[in-house]
Amino acid sequence: MKYIDEFRDRDKAATLVREISKIAQSFRQDRPIQIMEVCGGHTHAIFRYGLEGMLPEQIELVHGPGCPVCVLPMGRIDDCLAIATQPGVILTTFGDAMRVPGSRGSLLQAKANGADIRMVYSPSDALTIARANPDREVVFFGLGFETTMPSTALTVLEAERDGIGNFSVFCNHITIVPTIKAILDSADLRIDGFLGPGHVSIIIGTNPYEFIAQHYRKPMVVSGFEPLDVLQSIWMVLRQLAEGRAEVENQYARVVSAGGNAAALRAIERVYELREFFEWRGLGSIDYSGVRFRKAYERFDAECRFAVPNVQIADPAACQCGDVLKGALKPHQCKVFGTACTPETPLGALMVSSEGACAAYFRYAAKAA
Amino acid sequence: MKTVTLSHGGGGKAMKDLIDEVFVVAFDNPLLAPLDDQARVPMSALTQQGNRLAITTDSFVVDPLEFPGGDIGKLAVCGTINDLAVGGAVPLFLSCAAIIEEGLPFDVLHRIARSMAVAASEAGVQVITGDTKVVQRGACDKLFLTTTGVGAIRAGIELAADRARPGDAVLVNGVLGDHGSAILAARGDMALDAPIDSDCAALHGLVGAILAAAPATRFMRDATRGGIATVLNEIALAAKCGIEIDEAAVPLREAVKGFCEILGLDPLYLANEGRLVAIVPAEQADAALAAMCAHPLGKGACRIGQCTERRPGQVVMHTMLGGQRIVDMLIGDQLPRIC
Ligand code: SF4
Repeated sequence: MKYIDEFRDRDKAATLVREISKIAQSFRQDRPIQIMEVCGGHTHAIFRYGLEGMLPEQIELVHGPGCPVCVLPMGRIDDCLAIATQPGVILTTFGDAMRVPGSRGSLLQAKANGADIRMVYSPSDALTIARANPDREVVFFGLGFETTMPSTALTVLEAERDGIGNFSVFCNHITIVPTIKAILDSADLRIDGFLGPGHVSIIIGTNPYEFIAQHYRKPMVVSGFEPLDVLQSIWMVLRQLAEGRAEVENQYARVVSAGGNAAALRAIERVYELREFFEWRGLGSIDYSGVRFRKAYERFDAECRFAVPNVQIADPAACQCGDVLKGALKPHQCKVFGTACTPETPLGALMVSSEGACAAYFRYAAKAA
Repeated sequence: MKTVTLSHGGGGKAMKDLIDEVFVVAFDNPLLAPLDDQARVPMSALTQQGNRLAITTDSFVVDPLEFPGGDIGKLAVCGTINDLAVGGAVPLFLSCAAIIEEGLPFDVLHRIARSMAVAASEAGVQVITGDTKVVQRGACDKLFLTTTGVGAIRAGIELAADRARPGDAVLVNGVLGDHGSAILAARGDMALDAPIDSDCAALHGLVGAILAAAPATRFMRDATRGGIATVLNEIALAAKCGIEIDEAAVPLREAVKGFCEILGLDPLYLANEGRLVAIVPAEQADAALAAMCAHPLGKGACRIGQCTERRPGQVVMHTMLGGQRIVDMLIGDQLPRIC
């Protein structure tokens, strides 16, 4: 932990904030500079350390779509419940997916009603459960960006190698680049620069983001997750803006390289193929933003193995998650924030996970504002 | 391996044997000995200690039953003692009701009963009555315990959450989150063997020391389920004052920090079983702190913040970085994050 404490030094933070304020004052524009952090881990750090309140008024942080739990649409949760409630199935899932609302309740509620749903910390835990219960069908609720994609892929490869027949994955993995592109293409975009995701970039590297700088002329800084990382990255984005540059910079060079992690990328390439489109909560359908298993691994695909209703359910009409995700609204400006939509009864998924912008706002900031 | 069966709950000889062999042997004391439907306690036993009766009851369910630093039995004794103690009561007697799932090994039951007995005798309280039920497999999880505690409160001691005032110091008696981490680690479902012991302990001695050193103490509460964050919120709401704490001052073991970091948990919400929050007027805070530090269960005591006029009903943390954030009540359980 000594190592980590280095990245939480109060004096260094104060120095960075001073530098940030200096640059921010030099901007002459009538609206605040909007910087989007794409990754839920950054959102979490920003709220946990109260970073937003330390920044000058001219800077507004927009909490992007990078919380993979938050962007799951209701239909996918319903599909997952349909699998979980089939006889003989043990559904295994990461903890924070438990509370995401579907149209007929969450996994947590289904568990209370008797479905065998177990929390795991990794897909390989799920495989262990499958080995221990050969007479049951063990399904892993696979979700996340490129961060968690390789571990799911490696687990599937392991299941194949060991001939484990009762293991499959309900695959909801999504990929970051089309998503950022969809945000950049949206008509009401106001984002001035991006903090790039740290964990995802460990896998994919920084090269895939070049289009953001080259085509859209927006700065992006790939950032670590410690509070000083985030502050320094904000400063780096501002400096690019001040100097009229638009580049992909790497603040998180201690673990992120330009080319990414070759072994992980190979596992991804081997196991998955792109879906033509994937439905996102709040953002609608985004082309080529999700993946599924290739033909050769079809037998590990829960969607091939079980009858999945494939339901499409529109987001609740009152829900403004999409506008919040794109930075057009701050969480507390949503009409139902804190009234119809609270962490206890989330209407939109941004209220569910601790990385969701609305939940973080509600818990850490709303009342302080 | 001998195990408990439904016949041990049948009310006949098997049940009497189980009670005698496991509980009576362990708790052995003259008030329990008659094994009547009720224990009969002379009033003087209470009136010598104070002018008010304190009664509390709590049920204990924990998985696993035994964990580093304690077990469900020790927990059931210390937890109920602490609920008495933080109200300023001298704990005197306990009852114990056990609901046992058929199939529980006798060995385990013996160990837990002995552990209860040790915890009770160390704390100077007696288990004077009890009850045992055996239920079918699946109707409970191995063993549930309910303990009721009786104690006496000395004249003049008035502790209540709504007595907290702006300016009061917020003290804790040591590192936080050990129990919660120990239990999570002991469940072993996270492939991470953190060497963390539960902080499970009976706190009435410490409470006595605090009250002796700082008689104007406003309120104390043990920070069990929901952790310190929950207790502070309860105090802020009851007293209609704000509470500001300083992240850098919140004592945490390195192992707990690392554990929380990996799992994305917030240590402020982790359960403790031997930690309390004391709200003490500023002028007696140093005396209270010194008394805590001098006590074996208060070695790591420190001041983590104070009550404020600002933001009544809210708990605010000054973060290590110099920012601020609200520390809210927890909704549901903490669920680990995925990335
Ligand atoms: S308050 Fe609820 S509905 Fe509104 S944007 Fe946030 S999560 Fe979506």
